[in-house]
Amino acid sequence: MMTSECMPVTLEFGGGAELLFNNLKEHELQLPNSRIWTVRELLIWMKDNLIAERPDLFFHGDSVRPGILVLVNETDWELMGELEYEIQRKDKIMFISTLHGG
Amino acid sequence: MDALNFLSKKEEVEKEINELKSQIEEKKRVLETLVSNQNKHNLTNWEISRYSRQILVPNIGIKGQESFKNGKVLIIGAGGLGCPAAQYLAGCGIGHIGLVDYDEVEENNLHRQLLHQENSIGTSKVRSAAQALRSINSHIKVDEYPVQLNSLNAIQIMQSYSVVIDASDNPSTRYLVNDACIMTKLPLVSGSAVGMEGQLTVYNYKGGPCYRCLFPDPPPPNTVSNCGDAGVLGPVPGVIGTMQALQAIHILLESEGVLSSKLLLFDGADTKFRTVKLRGKSAGCVVCGENPTITRLIDYEQFCGAPANDKHAAVNLLKPEERITVSELRTALKEKGKPVVIDVRSKTEFDICRLPGSVNIPLADIEKQSAQNTLKSVISKSPNPNEPVYVICRRGNDSQKAVKKLRELMLLNQDFFDVRGGLHAWARDIDHTFPIY
Ligand SMILES: [Zn+2]
Repeated sequence: MMTSECMPVTLEFGGGAELLFNNLKEHELQLPNSRIWTVRELLIWMKDNLIAERPDLFFHGDSVRPGILVLVNETDWELMGELEYEIQRKDKIMFISTLHGG
Repeated sequence: MDALNFLSKKEEVEKEINELKSQIEEKKRVLETLVSNQNKHNLTNWEISRYSRQILVPNIGIKGQESFKNGKVLIIGAGGLGCPAAQYLAGCGIGHIGLVDYDEVEENNLHRQLLHQENSIGTSKVRSAAQALRSINSHIKVDEYPVQLNSLNAIQIMQSYSVVIDASDNPSTRYLVNDACIMTKLPLVSGSAVGMEGQLTVYNYKGGPCYRCLFPDPPPPNTVSNCGDAGVLGPVPGVIGTMQALQAIHILLESEGVLSSKLLLFDGADTKFRTVKLRGKSAGCVVCGENPTITRLIDYEQFCGAPANDKHAAVNLLKPEERITVSELRTALKEKGKPVVIDVRSKTEFDICRLPGSVNIPLADIEKQSAQNTLKSVISKSPNPNEPVYVICRRGNDSQKAVKKLRELMLLNQDFFDVRGGLHAWARDIDHTFPIY
């Protein structure tokens, strides 16, 4: 696929969420540019293509499970439109599992 | 002088001495007030000298040190986060520190909970930490609460303080502390650490969000990792606990730099600090929103579906006849030649210790094709492929989950048994030389 037809997006995982994604904290993606991508669609794509194991520990319904914080360019996704946020070129989306230990 | 005369004379002189003593004390106070009026502050010369190196920092100054002296900070948890937080606050001269922890010091705490000493193993964490704090600073007040914080005692304990530090280790306690902070209108410095990572934020501060604004629903219990399973490297909670002390200081000073509506993420593996922006207070929050429905503390263990500690409860997923004891395993190992023993712990744990001849297939991998191929090949190569396969883990919980999964996955005519109590039981009942972690 030509670069111009792709949208580069970075996914980051932390707090243990990376364990479900081949233990990789950072994933560089090239999403097909043929349509608009919302976070909702990204999550579906991740479920089908990216998660390596135990999807029930990450997804819940059409969203993420309680205890996972989603950040779009280092900002809480709640301030960005949550599932409806339209992903832009070079966006960085983080999925952070909250820690409880001490 | 007769005896009676002597005694009454003695009493008289003693009384005079005591009166003079209290006059001296009174004069000292008058002098101190005179000096501090002259200085326009209420710090003594001793305090100025003791805390001079932080008073000299312009952000602190005399006014800051006065705030420290009047500061009242409650720390929930005297573990990996609570120890460094308490240590720095005591050092700074925070006038009143409270410590809450029901737990006792264990040997496996000592690598990170540095207020506790080897000779405090088996004693109350709160006692041990409080003694350490008093030896750091004998001029501050340290209150000890060697109890499990719960819905009945939380508000009463918290009322005497002006800042709360959550240094606990489980979601049930975190929701309890959050709700109690809303009800007592106290700012909450929340820190956590597992493995190589830590997180830090301040809740309920000047219109910022609370824990429930961010996480209205508790995490499913099977997604909560703790230090006993995932491990933790000492300096990581050290960094977060120290920054919790710094956040409490910012709050006492009413300075900028309070992490409200912000979350600090620390990754000790690649030495990265990041501060991300969080939502504000949520109007619909059930505890701090416009129409709160939680106005009294609830049952938090029920709410989270998990006990308010990070200890392990034994699970029972299998029927008794689907499980064997460690002595039955020993007999099988002795008499049946080489039965297949699958160890479902992580590779890191398998590297610590293992039963001779056991094969490592981590529970997390068990659904993977590669894991099933390994299992099939081990079974087919064993001297008695029709013998049952024994599944073992650390405590006998994950092995049950593994057996359930294997039964679902393997369409073979294969019997699987899990070993009750796992390697801990093996070390206790069969082989005393086997390491326990
Ligand atoms: Zn709230």
